[in-house]
Amino acid sequence: MLRFYIKGLFRDRSRSLMPVIVVAIGVTLVVLMQCWVTGVLGDMIVFNARFATGHVKVMSQAYNENISQQPNDLALIGTGELMENLSTEFPHMEWIERIQFGGLVDAPDENGETRAQGPGGGMAIDLLSESSREAERLNLEKSIIRGRLPEVPEEILLSDEFATKLEVEPGDQVTLISTTMYGAMSITNFTVCGTVKFGATALDRGGMVADISSIRMALDMQDATGEILGYLPDEEYDDLQAAAIASSFNEEYHDPGNEFSPVMLSLREQGTMTMYLDMVEYFRSIIIGIFMAAMSIVLWNSGLLGGLRRYGEMGLRIAMGEEKNHIYRSLITESIFIGIAGSVVGTAVGLFFASLLTKGIDIGDMMQNSNMMMQGVMKAKITNDAYYIGFIPGLMATVLGTALAGIGIYKRKTAQLFKELQA
Amino acid sequence: MIRLTDTIRIATLLILTTSVQVAQPSGKEILDRIDANMSAESRYVKSKMVIHGPRTSRTVESESWSKGESALTEYLAPAREKGTKMLKLEDKLWIFSPSTDRTIQISGHMLRQSVMGSDLSYEDMMDDTKLTDKYDAVVVGSENFNETDCWIVEMTAKTEDVAYQMRKLWVDKTRYIPLKEELYAKSGKLLKKTELTDITKHGSRWYPGKIIFKDMLKKGAGTEFIVDEIRFNIEIPEHILSKSSLR
Repeated sequence: MLRFYIKGLFRDRSRSLMPVIVVAIGVTLVVLMQCWVTGVLGDMIVFNARFATGHVKVMSQAYNENISQQPNDLALIGTGELMENLSTEFPHMEWIERIQFGGLVDAPDENGETRAQGPGGGMAIDLLSESSREAERLNLEKSIIRGRLPEVPEEILLSDEFATKLEVEPGDQVTLISTTMYGAMSITNFTVCGTVKFGATALDRGGMVADISSIRMALDMQDATGEILGYLPDEEYDDLQAAAIASSFNEEYHDPGNEFSPVMLSLREQGTMTMYLDMVEYFRSIIIGIFMAAMSIVLWNSGLLGGLRRYGEMGLRIAMGEEKNHIYRSLITESIFIGIAGSVVGTAVGLFFASLLTKGIDIGDMMQNSNMMMQGVMKAKITNDAYYIGFIPGLMATVLGTALAGIGIYKRKTAQLFKELQA
Repeated sequence: MIRLTDTIRIATLLILTTSVQVAQPSGKEILDRIDANMSAESRYVKSKMVIHGPRTSRTVESESWSKGESALTEYLAPAREKGTKMLKLEDKLWIFSPSTDRTIQISGHMLRQSVMGSDLSYEDMMDDTKLTDKYDAVVVGSENFNETDCWIVEMTAKTEDVAYQMRKLWVDKTRYIPLKEELYAKSGKLLKKTELTDITKHGSRWYPGKIIFKDMLKKGAGTEFIVDEIRFNIEIPEHILSKSSLR
């Protein structure tokens, strides 16, 4: 019987081709939308992970409690050994050290006296090791407005806005006045090697990036660091995996009674990230839900119209003595085949287009200034959901539309049928 | 035999003496007497700051010369800070760092930052004006603090441009020197606490040998400011309190 239905669908293109095409188009759009929304919202998480949170972050307990103040006096000590342990115990992850620092940046005149100055906040990262991927991770190369990346420890990058305010150019000297991790005054000269655009107002007002070795010297932080960030392979955030790693680390190293003991937090556990991740999931569900509902209505109508278009055929089949139940079942079975065929084709096409978009669309040029650390590329992401989500509107809505249209079969009267057939 | 007139005289004297002992001085009178102890035309101080951080304690040694609105401080130890100089001329402050050979002017909100990681801000260090010039005061009560009878004096800033809009002092009733102080922001938030101990006499004035500062917004056990040597109303050559002394 099934072969009979399938043959019928192949032979009568008006019964199969158009409905399959309509379903396939709808499913393609649903799959594509799912991948795009997941990718774009996920990119914001990627940016946060690269810039601030890592997939997991290790800090001292006290540092974590006062993190908004960048309290380097509460930084982790003995990080050389801790980094070795992390690399041994979690070898699949990439571990990096960073120091957040702040202070007054002072530009001298020809007599070495203050010409201009302003408060700044910066990030010390590993820029000079050959194996370091930090510059790439922070998109630093592309963020350069003037000059170049630091090549020696004594060089520093300033935000372009900050450099303009201080009236300094690449090659000029500035002095950072800050506080060492033991509270002493720290006054260190740096040469500005370049200027960058961060793409975030607060950072562009007074942001700096320097190599971690020079900031360690300046802030007296040998074998110490503010934060250790860990990244999962391919920099793909996996909430469950990150939580498991953090839990395993804390079980071994964290001592709640010692405020200087290290504590590891997953990306979700840091700052407002819990709320942000929940919000991303919520908005993703709403956007996809609305789109799926709209597509379902379209496909349901398509099923409904398909059923109504075959009103005459149903009449003839009833007149020939075929049972109404049998006709109804055959319609539903056909719609299931159409739904499955359309969903398979739509999912395949949707995944194909989504895979093209995983490379991203560069919207950097559309932005006011494309040289910035905030990534200017929006891209789709194919997740497991994308393989089945299209079947919900593709199959269910089609079958439901046909089922509703088929109810009319039961209301037909034989006398009325003959009138219809004569007409 | 005591005559009636003598009895009246003795009684009057007793009443007067008793009333002098219990009479409450006005807030301004107390501030005047504090200023007489604490302020001077010029001064030389050799001191130690013991800064109790969250992890370790450090000691910073310095000597300073001050006259009116001007002051110069040179740090003597530890090695990292040795040779660093701070010069205050009226409302301006410069820092000279020998390691960078730079003279840096500190201004604006940076003046509220900590000096050498201590619980003192640059403003605290620079502030040497008389209390009566900047504050109105009222006596709000009396209390025994560290076994000393004290007046409790509340001071309110006359202008907006002071670091602490409200200050509360516990002033020794006999020596007229504050033994404890609480410093408040305009919002009423407690910003700092100080305790003055080891009060010793220098000529006609009383002066603390140790002041313990505690920044209430900071971790750590506070900063002890210990006076090793102090001389008042000394001759200070002009070049010491000028920018030429920085390098």
